Amino acid sequence: MPQRPVYLNLLRIRLPLTGWVSILHRLSGGLLFLAVPFGVLGLSQSLSDEAGFRRVAEWIGHPLGKLFLLILTWAFAHHLFAGLRHLALDAHWGLDLRQARRSSIAVLLASALVTLLFAGKLFT
Amino acid sequence: MKSASGSHTGTGVWLLQRATALLLALALPGLGVYFLAARPTDYPGWQSLFEPLGLRVLMLLTVAALTLHAWAGMRDILMDYVRPTGLRLVLLLAVIVTLAGSVAWLAAILFNPALWGVT
Repeated sequence: MPQRPVYLNLLRIRLPLTGWVSILHRLSGGLLFLAVPFGVLGLSQSLSDEAGFRRVAEWIGHPLGKLFLLILTWAFAHHLFAGLRHLALDAHWGLDLRQARRSSIAVLLASALVTLLFAGKLFT
Repeated sequence: MKSASGSHTGTGVWLLQRATALLLALALPGLGVYFLAARPTDYPGWQSLFEPLGLRVLMLLTVAALTLHAWAGMRDILMDYVRPTGLRLVLLLAVIVTLAGSVAWLAAILFNPALWGVT
């Protein structure tokens, strides 16, 4: 059997645009899953009493907290837009390659735009 | 032999994931707008945002749908990347405990009689 090149090195795998949208959909979903218990923790603290509210406000105001919020905003936006695209594909809408590529670009741009707008609100 | 870590209910889970996806795509931006529009700066203002019973019911239902959606997605990820059955089962169990615990905790917060009285 001829030796075929097998590139399982993640840094050498070249994905098409549609592949990037797909793997980022998975990655963002995993991130959002991890955020769920922390979201409930934050809600619990913020509603417990005056001091808890201020504590959560401090967490969110901290540069590191803002960074996490920003990452989660991107994750949510990307997961939402890529998810809507997946639903459209399930309904056999936009299946041909040109349209699939264009909707991939739209997903990447839209989530980047939402993240930028949120960053503007967060850091000014 | 049946695989110990697949439930053989793939089509049902697939549909559940899509149905909850639609629900979340409507409910989460809606809730996001509700909270971002108000953005209270003090504790009483924050607490009063949760006063409407309908809002708290909607939040709990949305997060319940979210946990089903997240369970389906994490199950897909584990089935693709974690090959050893034992480890896969342990991780899936951890996912389920995390999600179920989060919903239970949220319910306890949202329907805490000390915060909004018995409704």
